[in-house]
Amino acid sequence: MITLQTIRKRFGALDVLQDVSLALRSSAVTALVGPNGSGKTTLIKIVLGLTRADQGTLHVGGQPADEAGDYRRAIGYMPQAAHFPVNLRVGDVLDLVAQLRPGETVDDDLARAYDMAALKDKFVGTLSGGTKQKVNAVIAFMFRPSLLILDEPTAGLDPLSSNVLKEKVRAVRAEGRTVLVTSHIMTELESLADDVAFLCDGRLRYAGSIADLLRTTDERSLEEAVAALMRAERAEPRYAAPEVDGVREAPRWLVPGAEGAV
Amino acid sequence: MRNAVMRRAVLTALLSLAAASTARATDLTVGPGARFATITAALAAAQPGDRVLVRAGTYREATLVVRTPRLTVQGDGWPVLDGQGAREVLVIAADDVTVRGLVLTNTGVSSLEDRAGIRARDARNCVIERNRLRDNLWGIYLQRATDCIVRDNDIVAHGAKQTESGNGIHLWYSSGARVERNHIRGHRDGIYFEFSTLGVTRDNVSEQSQRYGMHFMFSDSCRYERNIFRDNNSGVAVMYSRGVVIHDNRFERSWGSAAYGLLLKDIMGGEISDNVFSRNSTGLFVEGSSRLDVRGNEFTQNGWAAKVLADADQNRFTANRFAGNAFDVTTNSSSANSTFDGNWWDEYKGYDLNRDGVGDVAFHPVRLFALVVEQHPAALLLLRSPLVSILDAAERVLPVLTPEALVDKHPLMRPPR
Amino acid sequence: MNVVALVLNAGLRDLSRNRWIVAYTLCFFGIAEGLFWFGGTGPQVLLSLLNLVLLVLPLVALVFGTIHVYASREFVELLLAQPVPRRQLFAGLYLGLALPLAGAFVVGAGIPFAVHARQGASLGGVAALLTAGVGLSLAFAAIATWIALQTDDRLKGVGIALATWLAATVVYDGLVLGAAAVFGDYPLERPLLGLMLANPVDVARVLVLTQLDVSALMGYTGALFQHTFGTVLGTGVAATALVAWCVVPLGLAERLFRRRDF
Repeated sequence: MITLQTIRKRFGALDVLQDVSLALRSSAVTALVGPNGSGKTTLIKIVLGLTRADQGTLHVGGQPADEAGDYRRAIGYMPQAAHFPVNLRVGDVLDLVAQLRPGETVDDDLARAYDMAALKDKFVGTLSGGTKQKVNAVIAFMFRPSLLILDEPTAGLDPLSSNVLKEKVRAVRAEGRTVLVTSHIMTELESLADDVAFLCDGRLRYAGSIADLLRTTDERSLEEAVAALMRAERAEPRYAAPEVDGVREAPRWLVPGAEGAV
Repeated sequence: MRNAVMRRAVLTALLSLAAASTARATDLTVGPGARFATITAALAAAQPGDRVLVRAGTYREATLVVRTPRLTVQGDGWPVLDGQGAREVLVIAADDVTVRGLVLTNTGVSSLEDRAGIRARDARNCVIERNRLRDNLWGIYLQRATDCIVRDNDIVAHGAKQTESGNGIHLWYSSGARVERNHIRGHRDGIYFEFSTLGVTRDNVSEQSQRYGMHFMFSDSCRYERNIFRDNNSGVAVMYSRGVVIHDNRFERSWGSAAYGLLLKDIMGGEISDNVFSRNSTGLFVEGSSRLDVRGNEFTQNGWAAKVLADADQNRFTANRFAGNAFDVTTNSSSANSTFDGNWWDEYKGYDLNRDGVGDVAFHPVRLFALVVEQHPAALLLLRSPLVSILDAAERVLPVLTPEALVDKHPLMRPPR
Repeated sequence: MNVVALVLNAGLRDLSRNRWIVAYTLCFFGIAEGLFWFGGTGPQVLLSLLNLVLLVLPLVALVFGTIHVYASREFVELLLAQPVPRRQLFAGLYLGLALPLAGAFVVGAGIPFAVHARQGASLGGVAALLTAGVGLSLAFAAIATWIALQTDDRLKGVGIALATWLAATVVYDGLVLGAAAVFGDYPLERPLLGLMLANPVDVARVLVLTQLDVSALMGYTGALFQHTFGTVLGTGVAATALVAWCVVPLGLAERLFRRRDF
């Protein structure tokens, strides 16, 4: 269970995140969606502690995020692109992460599924993009953290590996853990996620179950629903709210506060 | 010329006298239980040609004055003649006197008189050899002593300040002297010649002097060879003399603000050959001197190998070796009145297409940075800075500031010898 | 094992196989060996290498250092997402860069002196050169790290690194030379000695010169120089200044690393 409350972040004159409050359920996969530059990456980095919020609080498993970063024991992270030092062996990289997190419960399902034993002595510099992405996934799933953050996890993976990964995500969910995932492939998210959080211009515009979103927007797929949300944000007629005194109100079904969180 | 003839005549006369007297020579033995209890008594009884034999022991007597010609005063088992910190120890005041095998010590310090371990005063043909001199204000002092020999003496002064120390071997108006194989340490000047012409100084070691290892003033036509001068506070200074030959000496490790391996000031004509100048602040410093033939010397690991001021002229540097010096040659002006030709420079980077052993490109031994330092001494702090290397390289390609005339047109490709 | 050791270990493994570091090592080895080969005596080789050390070491440490920090950016983010304190992570990352740089120099330049030990290089001189080289590597690696953390634009960062190199190796001494010429009538020695301490390249040069070129330090300046730096105390002051040139930029870089957003 992850809770973000009134998170605000500015980079210079730019408001990257404004009053974002969001709670992520256990036993659920939440899709984080939004147009490019909407603040998805910044939000993830704030959860990881890579970036500090100017304002707001973050709780992971009921524990407040601390400076020392101990709360990150509860997080497994798969960044968007895997960049490891090219002169390290795959085994070196895996050992490094493993040794940085001593005492955690090991989960070697994915390592076995991707046959890391065979790759152990290969230098990172000799790996294909897809293979590096497998190593990337193995690192994220190496332990049993209560929260998994996956940034475009299937990018570069072949269909089989991609499938293995998705199965792993479902298994994790079944174990009662929390998953936050971003992807530009909405169909993939639709098959994987229970909930969706929609960010636009640094504001959280929707947070709730996919089913509710489809119902509210009267669309058939997540892709269409998200497109509908984006159109609404751009003031395209179909979902535009009536203007009151020259100020357009946010559509009512968009959920601006923590009270609307799942 | 007349002088030399006279001297030869005198010498012949003396030799014949000496031959005549040996037959009657007797030994006057001094020591506990011997015929004489004191050296003073023995000297009083001695006849020309006798030998005063001093046995081991310590003798504390008034200043001993040898007034008998052709007398030999000889130690047996290193007798110690102690000045008790109060007086001069031994004075030779007659011709043809030999002093050997004595330990002369402890004249004490005086600001009124120049106390010496051994003084030869107005004497001819004295021989001072194989003595040990310890902690005397002056060591061996030749004062108007002509044609004397000072050899194989070991002269040490400990820890006195320069103002409280005299010279190790001091010659004043004493011509024709031979100073050989002595070892001098810790005096103000190790060897000092003033108004003493026609001397020969060879095979001496002079070190740790508080001022100069050797100091020559107004002493023409002298030869200095095979001496070693090292760790002297200010090096060696030769001044105001003509016709000097300095050959095959070593000048080493004189460091400091005003320290020179060899300082030549107002020397007219002379030869500086086959010497080694090593690890001095300035190896060879030439000021106001002319017509010097500087040849076959080795300059290594000095700050400035050769500093030749503009008032020195017609000096020729040939067949010298320059290696590992911070600066090879420097001067204080952009005009150059001395010539460098056919030397070997380790910094020379030219080539020799016709393989005659002489570089095809001239070498400019004066670096731009050397001139900068000459004018702005504080800039020395930048020695071996990359910036300085760049400036020097630029100056070598396009010389504008360094003296055009100061150039070696025939730099050697290999070190001579 | 603690975090510093683990990250350092990975850095050492990576860079010890880095072709630029290997080339750098071989380059020093080749030049030093070549100088001996062409008849150089120990002291001559030391002086020739000193020029190289003063010019090349800062250049390599600055340019390679900034590029390396930029290239490791994504990997560092992955490590930052693990439950480790930033302070320890920084120490490991810095040492993982600086020690290979310093080690490459020590191995490359040191072995020829060990092999040609009988060719007259004084132990003090070799030790001073190696110390100065190590000090310069550590100091400029710290400065490079700081530059790369300060500037997100990689091209700009490398540009700043090059400018820093030029300033430290040539421009600074040019200004000192200018000052010596312009204010030549004043007693300049002491202020200039102070200025020497304010530039790591000059400190390194001074440290080696006091061991190599004693006889060259002449006149009043030389005497003062020798008096100031030639003593055990002076060498200590110079060494301390070099250490300060490691510690201060490193402190700034560490502060930045702990506080900045990734």
